[in-house]
Amino acid sequence: MPSREIAGKVVEVDAEGFLCNPDEWSKEIAEEIAREEGIEQLTDLHWKVIEFCRADFKARGEPPTLRRITKESGVDTKTLYTLFPKGPAKKVARIAGLGKPTGCI
Amino acid sequence: MSEEKQRKLAIICSKGSLDMAYPGMVLANAALMSGIEVHMFFTFWGLDMIVDRKMDNLKITPLGNPSMGMPNLLSILPGMTAMATSMMKKEIAKLDFPPVREFLQMIVDAGGHLYGCKMSMDMMKLTKEDLFPGVERVLGAMEFMEISEGAQIIFI
Repeated sequence: MPSREIAGKVVEVDAEGFLCNPDEWSKEIAEEIAREEGIEQLTDLHWKVIEFCRADFKARGEPPTLRRITKESGVDTKTLYTLFPKGPAKKVARIAGLGKPTGCI
Repeated sequence: MSEEKQRKLAIICSKGSLDMAYPGMVLANAALMSGIEVHMFFTFWGLDMIVDRKMDNLKITPLGNPSMGMPNLLSILPGMTAMATSMMKKEIAKLDFPPVREFLQMIVDAGGHLYGCKMSMDMMKLTKEDLFPGVERVLGAMEFMEISEGAQIIFI
């Protein structure tokens, strides 16, 4: 696995830039990946989604599907697509330091 | 990210049975989740997916469906279609896929575009008022050609 420096920390990433180890994640890393994804500033609503994803991953061992995020986090589909435009599934997972999502919904 | 060309998907839904409604919606949603532009065109029996009074009652029948493994002689019995439909709806819900109306609303909320086919609607004496409110427009085949220019097309 390649490694790279994000926000001053060397972390392992896969070929598509997803963190290999969610424990290496930090808020600074999230902010830097978000900028790479074209999101300049993470707002409270962004953090609400990111924190839900991390907690859900911890509890269930896999990144939540978008369906699960919209049902459980209180952020609806429209808002989610506004917060993370152009392909929220991968963006959310990458920023939250989780692996590439495999769910179909 | 880089300024690459926007990928675009056009899905033509031509079937009105419950089992044939899902592939189009699953693919449309997956595309939107991946940042791909989506246009769904509902034609002929596929209109049932967006006709307001029908979309909540799509059915699957075991009759003449070899994949379901039920002898046709049994499949003709009253209640078999209802039973197969209720079983499939339960399985769909178990996988956390929403019912048709909610799924299409999700697709619209995610920025997907839904269109009714004008010719099929004329034939079935339907107007825009008969359709699910999330449907953007009613289109002729030629307009669909314009909208789907450059798109990858899936026919279901």
